[in-house]
Amino acid sequence: MAGNVETDSPEAGQVILRHGAITRITHWSWAVALFFLLLSGLQIFNAHPTLYIGEQSGFEFKNDIFSIRAMQDAQGRVEGVTTIFGAGFDTTGVLGVSGPDTAPSYRAFPAWATLPSYQDLATGRVIHFFFAWIFVVTFFVWLLSSLVNRHLRRDILPSSREIRTIPQSIREHLRFRFRHDGRYNVLQKLSYAGVLLILFPLIILTGLTMSPSMNAAWPWLLDIFGGRQTARTLHFVAMLLLVAFFVIHIVMVIAAGPINELRSILTGRYRVSGEMPGGEFRK
Amino acid sequence: MKTGFKLSRRRFLTSAGVAASTLPLAGCDALDGLLSGDSAVRATMASANGLTYRVQRLLIGADTLAPEFSASEIRQGQRPNGSTDPNDEAYLALRADAFSTYRLQVHGLVEQPASYSLQELRNMPARNQITRHDCVEGWSCIAKWSGVPLSRLLDEVKVKPEARFVVFHCFDSLNMGGAGQPGYYESIDLIDARHPQTILAYGCNDATLTVANGAPLRVRIERQLGYKMAKYIRSIELASTLAPFGRGKGGFWEDFGYDWYAGI
Repeated sequence: MAGNVETDSPEAGQVILRHGAITRITHWSWAVALFFLLLSGLQIFNAHPTLYIGEQSGFEFKNDIFSIRAMQDAQGRVEGVTTIFGAGFDTTGVLGVSGPDTAPSYRAFPAWATLPSYQDLATGRVIHFFFAWIFVVTFFVWLLSSLVNRHLRRDILPSSREIRTIPQSIREHLRFRFRHDGRYNVLQKLSYAGVLLILFPLIILTGLTMSPSMNAAWPWLLDIFGGRQTARTLHFVAMLLLVAFFVIHIVMVIAAGPINELRSILTGRYRVSGEMPGGEFRK
Repeated sequence: MKTGFKLSRRRFLTSAGVAASTLPLAGCDALDGLLSGDSAVRATMASANGLTYRVQRLLIGADTLAPEFSASEIRQGQRPNGSTDPNDEAYLALRADAFSTYRLQVHGLVEQPASYSLQELRNMPARNQITRHDCVEGWSCIAKWSGVPLSRLLDEVKVKPEARFVVFHCFDSLNMGGAGQPGYYESIDLIDARHPQTILAYGCNDATLTVANGAPLRVRIERQLGYKMAKYIRSIELASTLAPFGRGKGGFWEDFGYDWYAGI
């Protein structure tokens, strides 16, 4: 954000420059990259739809904690079963078995959730690693510039004073009342910090931990994540958290005024509302 | 090696103006045409593999070892994958004889082509390593591998300076070839070929290598994925280019779209 181009307490109705160019460019670079990474990642997952804890995959012992399978029940009906920590759930129609009843397809994630839509691990990997490079380069551009221009300190990391306002901010969010002074509130800061400084590095490093060459270069990766298969599981969990973030992100954009929010992330320009002006919390 | 590979369907976009934002609604087959087989978009994206290769080669010392594990971490047999029971005639004849008449040919861009019986290979100094096998599908399996370092054979046959690749020719055709079709083959650069852990394995978990896992010889390339580690090796060829082999992509699965460099 570059809210201080104008003043820290803009007048209601005033249009400020909210997002700097790097914020906007990296946002959309990530958005595109993550879209393709997600759908190609689900394609890759489908090649072996089981997650394990440890260094290796237990075929003759048990260390799996999650799987999506097509299984035949006693009546001979094939159903999709998703198993989480030993508990099985019938997910027929979406996970395990999907597609039309006349021509069901036995695959973990359905055709509409993968790239390509058909089973093609090779192409899934090609897409995944291409966009992984874009994702990682974008991350370093963002990290470096945010350290240099103090975006990180000023806009992302909450101050200890702000931390104390978390309960108040939660109450405001529950009532869908938002400050529109162009600055992030404390819950926004925490979620952005969580995504940018925890989930992004986590998903990059767990991805690298699956690379046999990177295991030779940086064997400590295996130590910090507890083995290649645990890293694969954490990579999947980080994906789920990013999807959850995306859903909340979109809901909040809609709740906060989609036109103004979209304009600000496209052009940087953001209209400050008079609802809760001055950057102060309404008592 | 892997199974369950489905050849990509050809699809063509009738309209090029499909906005990315409509994809979740329209279904992801909207992009299939752009991603299939030999499309330019796919080829552009696949070039990232060359970047990955160069960066990893810069980052990782030529002789940097893949992690090795303790005997207690061998908790299961090595999981076989890909072809597990080749039915090619030449192979069946050797197998019937417990591979006693098998000879590994080393040829191509070398000063002194040579061939080796299994016994001759076993008599050479062996390397034992407990390593993790990572399949491109996503699973891993830890096993102990015993064999002769490939670098030893390369030294014996004296690799010519123009050689850039080691190509492994195999007995198995993965039941996809048919008469006259090339069988399984793979290729690696000379850095991986001379890597201390790159061995021609004749033993697995303190037993003779089984047919399912690639008898009589399979190569271990510990810093790459399983499909690089050719089984049922018939001969080893030193080459300056990969163009003459198969469809020219450097390996059986590479010819079906997999990346040549499988360090990731």
